[in-house]
Amino acid sequence: MSDNAPVLHAVFGRLTLDSLPLNEPIVVGTFIVVALGGLAVFGAITYFKLWGYLWREWFTSVDHKKIGIMYMVLGIIMLLRGFADAIMMRLQQSIAFGGSQGYLDSHHYDQIFTAHGVIMIFFVAMPLVTGLMNLIVPLQIGARDVSFPFLNNFSFWMTAAGAVIVMMSLFIGEFARTGWLAYPPLSNIGYSPDVGVDYYIWALQVAGVGTLLSGVNLICTIVKMRAPGMTMMKMPVFTWTALCTNVLIVAAFPVLTAVLALLTLDRYVGTNFFTNDFGGNPMMYVNLIWIWGHPEVYILILPVFGIFSEVTATFSRKRLFGYTSMVYATVVITVLSYLVWLHHFFTMGSGASVNSFFGITTMIISIPTGAKMFNWLFTMYRGRIRFELPMMWTMAFMLTFVIGGMTGVLLAVPPADFVLHNSLFLIAHFHNVIIGGVLFGLFAGINYWFPKAFGFKLDPFWGKLSFWFWVVGFYFAFMPLYVLGLMGVTRRLRVFDDPALQIWFVIAAFGAVLIAFGILFFLIQLAVSIRRRESLRDTTGDPWDGRTLEWATSSPPPDYNFAFTPVVYDNDAWWDMKHRGYTRPQTGFKPILMPRNTGTGVILAGLSIALAFGLIWYIWWLAAVSFVGLLAVAIGHTFNYARDFRIPAEAILATETARTRLLAAEVTK
Amino acid sequence: MNRFRSLALLPAAVLLGGCNMVVLAPAGDVAVQQRDLIIVSTVLMLLVIVPVMALTVLFAWRYRHSNKEANYQPDWDHSTQFELVIWAAPLLIIICLGAVTWMGTHLLDPYRPLDRLAAGQPVTQEVAPLRVEVVALDWKWLFIYPDYGIATVNELAAPVDRPIDFSITSSAVMNSFFIPALAGQIYAMPGMQTKLHAVINRAGTYEGFSANYSGAGFSQMKFAFHGLSTADFDTWIADGKKGQGGLDRAAYLQIERPSEAVPVQRFASVDPDLYRRILNRCVEPGKMCMSEMMAIDAKGGLGMAGVYNVLPLEYDKYRRRGSVLGAEPGYVASICTPEEAAAMMASRSLPASVPAGSPLIGSGLQLPGTAVPGFTPVRTPSLTLLTGERRPSNS
Repeated sequence: MSDNAPVLHAVFGRLTLDSLPLNEPIVVGTFIVVALGGLAVFGAITYFKLWGYLWREWFTSVDHKKIGIMYMVLGIIMLLRGFADAIMMRLQQSIAFGGSQGYLDSHHYDQIFTAHGVIMIFFVAMPLVTGLMNLIVPLQIGARDVSFPFLNNFSFWMTAAGAVIVMMSLFIGEFARTGWLAYPPLSNIGYSPDVGVDYYIWALQVAGVGTLLSGVNLICTIVKMRAPGMTMMKMPVFTWTALCTNVLIVAAFPVLTAVLALLTLDRYVGTNFFTNDFGGNPMMYVNLIWIWGHPEVYILILPVFGIFSEVTATFSRKRLFGYTSMVYATVVITVLSYLVWLHHFFTMGSGASVNSFFGITTMIISIPTGAKMFNWLFTMYRGRIRFELPMMWTMAFMLTFVIGGMTGVLLAVPPADFVLHNSLFLIAHFHNVIIGGVLFGLFAGINYWFPKAFGFKLDPFWGKLSFWFWVVGFYFAFMPLYVLGLMGVTRRLRVFDDPALQIWFVIAAFGAVLIAFGILFFLIQLAVSIRRRESLRDTTGDPWDGRTLEWATSSPPPDYNFAFTPVVYDNDAWWDMKHRGYTRPQTGFKPILMPRNTGTGVILAGLSIALAFGLIWYIWWLAAVSFVGLLAVAIGHTFNYARDFRIPAEAILATETARTRLLAAEVTK
Repeated sequence: MNRFRSLALLPAAVLLGGCNMVVLAPAGDVAVQQRDLIIVSTVLMLLVIVPVMALTVLFAWRYRHSNKEANYQPDWDHSTQFELVIWAAPLLIIICLGAVTWMGTHLLDPYRPLDRLAAGQPVTQEVAPLRVEVVALDWKWLFIYPDYGIATVNELAAPVDRPIDFSITSSAVMNSFFIPALAGQIYAMPGMQTKLHAVINRAGTYEGFSANYSGAGFSQMKFAFHGLSTADFDTWIADGKKGQGGLDRAAYLQIERPSEAVPVQRFASVDPDLYRRILNRCVEPGKMCMSEMMAIDAKGGLGMAGVYNVLPLEYDKYRRRGSVLGAEPGYVASICTPEEAAAMMASRSLPASVPAGSPLIGSGLQLPGTAVPGFTPVRTPSLTLLTGERRPSNS
């Protein structure tokens, strides 16, 4: 064996049989379940001969709608993983009292809370938000696709590759045990010599490429591809928020890439950017990561504000109140989000003037946010509000988010932060805004736009059940954490001494169980809706009496979205068209030039996974081969000249005539 | 939904009566003022939050679809008066809150020495603050009392109504030093020192811990903080002096090793230079202190000779596990003491050929007026630019 060691090391790097967590029953059990589930899916796809269909119609698709849907599927799958982590933490914290060590040792527990944070932000919230933007923005601006359709496909697969890398760490090796932002010196090679932090770094770097390129793509799309007549101040609010979010992405994600690259150099080649010695300074990392990290929370929340604006106006059947101030509020938030990062570490010893400055800039952000809240409120005022699912989620958001906003401003007061920083009060606060804001908004968006994406509505009964379990579960799960924070309990603890705390953790765990039902009922809602799709069918393309352009086309829209590019005169373009007696053109179609599908994105992402795996495990030959492969495929793709094709006029005529018949049947019904 | 919420709050109200919200009922004046700030800010914000929540419910009910009586104006989307109110109301509150924040942050700056022990009880000149040097270790706390020459692990005591002056650092990774009953937290970071000023007003035993995740033993990185009467504190100090063993550099290197759930330890004596060495990452023999390195750098550094001078800078005890490319090479084991240097210089006869007025002085370079045989420095123009006109640093 010892003779083979250098050879084995050259071939497998630091990957050995011991790297597989075979002696850890929970991981092995999870692996078996995942493997069986994976095999079942794999077998079913093979049995029904769906591989070709999936490859041609989905994996290689450059259609922004399909890519958007794939982002959403990725986000929902990863939500299950991230939530499994959450419920394991809740269980551990509710039983580890009075000398009990609970059922998780620190090796596992510390990985779980790290993975929970990383997955929920990067692989749940980000894909869901990006997916909705991808799906809706081109439709809202009357475009046929995004500016760079192949880039869009590539971006998605890079995000998916990042998720695959995180999931691999569950079964091969381990994940980081550093917390979701991996502060050095703890994340440096001296204190985290194992592969966990490397998995973290490379998962985020690979996914980060996707996020950044998708940001570039959407900015370009919004700036250059709007329908004639749609000036900036006639863009739908969701498109405005998407624009601001993508500006934030393009400005912020390179900072993350850079700071992780510096950490990588520290870990791999022995530089000293963030080490304790040689003049390295870990505080620099903390600053840089939050210069990305704070805009990141606005990257998540801004599009969701856009969703609420669309939903409120549509379901109040009324123009959005204060469109101009809504737009300016969004832009102000975008700019200010870069001036507040230090509030994440008031307690790191900055001077009083620095702390006050960042505290006050943080509070100032609450002014445009408050203005938005009032704008939604006055949109409802003198409206006719239909409490369908999207509006229910909006109501839950408005009542929940203000609490999170309030505790957030409280945390922005530095002396208050000194006693609340890193406490469960903080945890309660950011879950209050991320669940009560981002997640509620995503559910509003999913219920709102699902008929547009698939042509049938989501089942309201299971949707309402899911809604109530989520909302009530949220309050049970996180209000106790506010109390615990005020009792001086800090985050990331694995065991507790004080028995008085236990009841609160038990209530929180109960809340998590309610949320589990909320997720389950959401999945049932999807399944039931697919089964009952005929009775839930939307033939009009405009099931909610909508106001913006995405409702002008059929549900689901044809590949080309709009047979003729619409002309816009009002910021509620479709509402305006409906009320001016718009009639669909039924003849005179011309061939439409559309981008052609390509598998390059999948191949590049696959090679990126191999590259990351090689770098994580020090398998240098694999890293080198896959890196050369990446370059070769990328360069090779530039010689692919068969990039587009024409949809013939007859095909368009057929599609549009079918829709005309459907609409006529709707009228006579 | 509101019905559900009130239902959820009912048992919560019962529970809240029985729990100890230390953040809202602290025992130290600084934490009391921080608590007051929390309450003031919350009340200020409720001024706008409560109306918003009430209006949300009211509008949702009043303008529901089935209520055909309600005024419906589908095209009403602007009102200058409303716009003014919705921007001005939050703005006014933030102006108030901003003023409160500015004052509070400066008054409660942890670096600022206390000027009061409690409301209406100013600090008098004759009371010297109790100095405590705090070191976050993996995973326990070391407290050094420089005025009394004792040290403890995972136990801290202070007399009631006497200002405490904490100097805080860490041995390896970031932690946060937090006693909720006493005062807000401040990070403990290796190679850096943070400060905290606080006072405890009520005798009792309080919990202290690390509030920043620092690795496997983090959960049990706790200590008891005893607020004692002056007499009890004197007894506690006297007991400590009777305790076993002293804390010198060797003993420190023993306790510095990672360990979890460590019981209380007391050291009857402590090396008075230990804290400075911990802070400057030079407890281990042969390591150059950061302060020395910085002093060398402030005088222009060691020049090229400094490149080889890496081993004494290996502050980080885990560092030498090595990176992908293996452990980095190190050459110079230590820099000698002034006496050794003098002896060495005396034993070597060096011709005097150094350019006059060279500002470079360092152990690795020749002393002014001497030169290493076979090495004649060339004063290039660029070097002159770099070194010739350099003014002495202010620090």
